[in-house]
Amino acid sequence: MARALCQRGASCVTNLIEIKGVTHAYQTPQGPLPVLDNLELAVPEGEFAAVVGPSGCGKSTLTRLVAGLMRPDQGEVWLHGSLVKSPRKTVGMAFQNPVLLEWRTILQNVILPLEIVAPQMPRRARIARAMELLDLVGLVGFEHKRPSELSGGMRQRASLCRAIVHKPDVLIMDEPFGALDAFTREDLWQTMRDLRRQEPFTCVLITHDLRESVFLGDQVIVLSGRPARTQYVLDVDLPADRTIESIYTPEASAMLAILREQIQIAQGRPTAQRAAS
Amino acid sequence: MNPRLQRIVVPLASILGFLLFWEALVWVNNWPKYKMAAPSDLPAAFWRYRVLFFEMGWQTLWRTVAGLGIAVIVGTLFGMIMGFSRIARDALYPLLVGFNAIPKATLVPVIALMFIGQHDFNTVLLAFLISFFPIAVSVGIGLSTLEPEYRDILRSLGASKITIFRKIALPKTLPEFFGALKVAVTLAFIGTNLVEIVSPHGRGLGALFKSGETNGDYPLMFAVLIALAFLGIVLYYAVVALERIFAGWAERAAS
Repeated sequence: MARALCQRGASCVTNLIEIKGVTHAYQTPQGPLPVLDNLELAVPEGEFAAVVGPSGCGKSTLTRLVAGLMRPDQGEVWLHGSLVKSPRKTVGMAFQNPVLLEWRTILQNVILPLEIVAPQMPRRARIARAMELLDLVGLVGFEHKRPSELSGGMRQRASLCRAIVHKPDVLIMDEPFGALDAFTREDLWQTMRDLRRQEPFTCVLITHDLRESVFLGDQVIVLSGRPARTQYVLDVDLPADRTIESIYTPEASAMLAILREQIQIAQGRPTAQRAAS
Repeated sequence: MNPRLQRIVVPLASILGFLLFWEALVWVNNWPKYKMAAPSDLPAAFWRYRVLFFEMGWQTLWRTVAGLGIAVIVGTLFGMIMGFSRIARDALYPLLVGFNAIPKATLVPVIALMFIGQHDFNTVLLAFLISFFPIAVSVGIGLSTLEPEYRDILRSLGASKITIFRKIALPKTLPEFFGALKVAVTLAFIGTNLVEIVSPHGRGLGALFKSGETNGDYPLMFAVLIALAFLGIVLYYAVVALERIFAGWAERAAS
């Protein structure tokens, strides 16, 4: 399970994101509700980690921890070799709900993080940067539209542009494609793959779609049911240059079968093999 | 029909239809003027007291707008406090609801005794007291129901609370704010006129109404009511115009 972090004698592979023994519980009127239990996670720089697990297992809590929006009861979250104590400008976030600001145009929405992170940046440069990304996701021609005039898939594309416009080290996505129809979702997977070629970011993707995790991920982390532990880590052994067809190959099918079995274990249900024996 | 033209013609036609219905009602029942004046009696009343209508109408208007302006400032402040703090919300809601439940007519003599002779001040104060509640409540609800993701987008970048308020919470609350302001406009008029009618100072359209009553000039009383309705409509559409400018994005295209 543990990944070799240092090759013997060679240079260390730096883990951009490291979560060490994180335990967290929410205080509810019914008493503490443990959501994370001694969670371990390591994502090397430039890699794409897909996190899957049963619903309600604490995946969203994980995103808030990495973003520095909250601090764990126990354990540590490290980004770029420094302990995360509060939000930092080098993080981008995208959610299932695109949360675009209705009173701004698509272009103004994408520029928003630059207004916070780089207030000195000239307006012209901001627009150029935003247009570069809108071009990558195929939204040129829609930059002056309001979010309400766009389809769900287009809004999510704009939301992705906003998440990376300030060139964050880390992109955190919480089921960003969950509310989209199957075809739009596959389109966006490919958009995401193309963005990664252009933009150097380390990514944590929370998802409940196993095919999505295999198509996009360099590693897939399976979390157990609540409270979540790291139950299984799968290294996705597919070429970097994946197409949608790649997830219908025998290799991908074998990985999906493993993940499906792990999810069933996480849900506390007997797997097919166990039930047969 | 041309949609722009339609937006002007349809409301005018409905007002005309209403006046015709009123006229017919009086005519069919053969009501005398002291029971109900007909619209055809009103132009004469307006013409006869035209100077007073302008003078008193202006007094009513500026005091209403002043009261409303204070209501916007104080209401928004209360709304912000209640929107951002759960404790403040729990503490303030019962007080505000209780205060709002008091019939404001009962406050007129109280205020008149507290600030004897301060007629302008009393009137503005009541217009404010009667109209700030809807603004406070809707700004509070608008802020407290802001989806956490909106906040997280900026908070994850290390934005300050003030920046988050300015860039997200404030604009997002504007549609609710203007909705409340439309209610507050008409309420503020009620507040102004309560003081003008109940406390005898002889200023404003309320006083003109009172003098019509005293002199048995019934068409004048109805003319005052129409003048008040007219001012209310003017102020309402002024708010609508502001809403178009500042929160026009919330309006969906007609489908």
